Amino acid sequence: MAEIQNMTLNFGPQHPAAHGVLRLVLEMEGEVIMRADPHIGLLHRGTEKLAESKPYNQSIGYMDRLDYVSMMCNEHAYVMAVERLAGVEVPLRAQYIRVMFDEVTRILNHLLWIGAHALDIGAMTMFLYAFREREDLMDCYEAVSGARLHATYYRPGGVYRDLPDVMPKYKASKWRSEAEVKKLNANREGSMLDFLDDFCARFPACVDEYETLLTDNRIWKQRTVNIGVVDPDRAVALGFTGPMIRGSGIAWDLRKKQPYEVYDRMDFDIPVGVNGDCYDRYLVRMEEMRQSNRIIKQCVDWLRVNAGPVMPEGSKVAPPSRTDMKGDMEALIHHFKLFTEGYCLPQGEAYAAVEHPKGEFGIYMISDGANKPYRVKIRAPGFVHISALDEMVRGHMLADVVSVIGTQDLVFGEVDR
Amino acid sequence: MSESTLSARLQERFAAHAPTIVEALGETTMEIPAGAVTEVMTALRDEDGFEFKQMIDLCGVDYAAYGQVEWETETVSGSGFSRGREAGVDGKVAKNERRFAVVYHLLSVTRNERMRVKAFLPDDAFPLIASVVDIWPTANWFEREAFDLFGILFDGHPDLRRILTDYGFVGHPFRKDFPLTGHVEVRYDEAKGRVVYQPVSIEPRVLVPRVIRHDSRYGAIPVGVDGTTGGDANG
Repeated sequence: MAEIQNMTLNFGPQHPAAHGVLRLVLEMEGEVIMRADPHIGLLHRGTEKLAESKPYNQSIGYMDRLDYVSMMCNEHAYVMAVERLAGVEVPLRAQYIRVMFDEVTRILNHLLWIGAHALDIGAMTMFLYAFREREDLMDCYEAVSGARLHATYYRPGGVYRDLPDVMPKYKASKWRSEAEVKKLNANREGSMLDFLDDFCARFPACVDEYETLLTDNRIWKQRTVNIGVVDPDRAVALGFTGPMIRGSGIAWDLRKKQPYEVYDRMDFDIPVGVNGDCYDRYLVRMEEMRQSNRIIKQCVDWLRVNAGPVMPEGSKVAPPSRTDMKGDMEALIHHFKLFTEGYCLPQGEAYAAVEHPKGEFGIYMISDGANKPYRVKIRAPGFVHISALDEMVRGHMLADVVSVIGTQDLVFGEVDR
Repeated sequence: MSESTLSARLQERFAAHAPTIVEALGETTMEIPAGAVTEVMTALRDEDGFEFKQMIDLCGVDYAAYGQVEWETETVSGSGFSRGREAGVDGKVAKNERRFAVVYHLLSVTRNERMRVKAFLPDDAFPLIASVVDIWPTANWFEREAFDLFGILFDGHPDLRRILTDYGFVGHPFRKDFPLTGHVEVRYDEAKGRVVYQPVSIEPRVLVPRVIRHDSRYGAIPVGVDGTTGGDANG
């Protein structure tokens, strides 16, 4: 009889369930995975090296392109690192705006995650449901920054500009009648805060809808329960953060444990899992969407009644007002220098981390006193999580690889940087 | 709870290794000799009072061009400004005696504390340090990354392969003497019917020169490469 050997299977880099360009070399015995060797780097763009060749503010846009489904959270870590080195105080209103958009981003991320994850393991409808709500939130991105994805909205010192008074509206066309457009625009007549308020009111019902489709769904449970189990000690040792560590039962969340901006003023809960399997991580993320919704609501209420600056006044990192620029020579020079050479930061090093939708996203920045960072290191949560992929899929079936990739919420923009 | 600060505890515990401990911007940094990594890291993970069970990040740093500028701001008053130029790295490290460093960021979930450990590598030509994979399994890919991008070698690493760069890539791209444009580019060759590598056709250029200016609000005057103080305060 012929000797039976393990089979090596190439998964990706162009595979719809690989969430981007992941190449997995799987060693199989029958349909059981003996070893998984992820080959990453197919989307490596050298973001860290590029940042070394640009003034500080010009790299903010690159941060959007790291994890391209949670753009503003990436920017947040970057501007926090710059602020820490420069010693800039962020105005309170800007802090609230940042927290609000961090949570909008978290919902955006989790919606895409649930859509793609469910699609991968057989629940097509989720994708359509999730994108319905994503559309509304991306309109908020558009209203505030002009771009639906790569916002480049945060700045060291605050945010680019204050919240807009109008929302983008649908227009009548060949495909959409006046009456239809009027209905679509019904909640877009007021300011962006009115629109978000309306969103907060209806979003919990949407999450209920998703849960109706999945939480007690027999097929969903067969595909996720007891798949990719990680016990709490192992999750810590493997460097897990975010929903991955909370799914294993450790209540670790930077928003609570090491609060930044105004998270210490927010009232919200941290969901944790029990078994550390894909199903628990699913439940954690679903609950996080509800909690994010609560935070957004609190921010909206605060922002409605508290006006104020969104950039520090008279700071070197903030541009002068247009009126000052027209009449004041110093302001004109400042404007010119800021947008050409940028600003120099004092020598030193800082590590700033935020609770990104995927885990701890950190920026380690070294400055030698120049107008460009000397070294920027991006600590991407996805990179750490995928390094544990081998351990999580060993002994599982081939089809479970897709569940595990989904549960890790991988986006290759940040894994490969 | 009257417990001493983290830096005091570190100073006391690791006095034998003569660490340099810096508290800056609310962060604790401990610089240790590269040879002591395994011992210090094991202690930091296991001993009461530290319990850094999680390694958040590991990265390499190349200090070869530290403090170098592309545009002199101080000495040009008489001669006029030159065009910005790509700073050359001649392999000699101007300010720091050693070129490569490995930086570890540690987190204690139980004590809710963070710290940074930094180790400079003794040999610039053969940067070698002990691997910490046995202490934190997370280190596996981080060390592969530092090897790939900086050429830092980790002694005892089970599988030190390249990770982010292309199959068959030559060089270590994040070293300061590696140009931003790289050395090769790829294109599809019609005649050969496949993708070919060729030397890059674009020249590296500096859009915004790198300058170091002294800002009086930042306190101490930074010292330039040639020992002079930095430029004027007109930032």
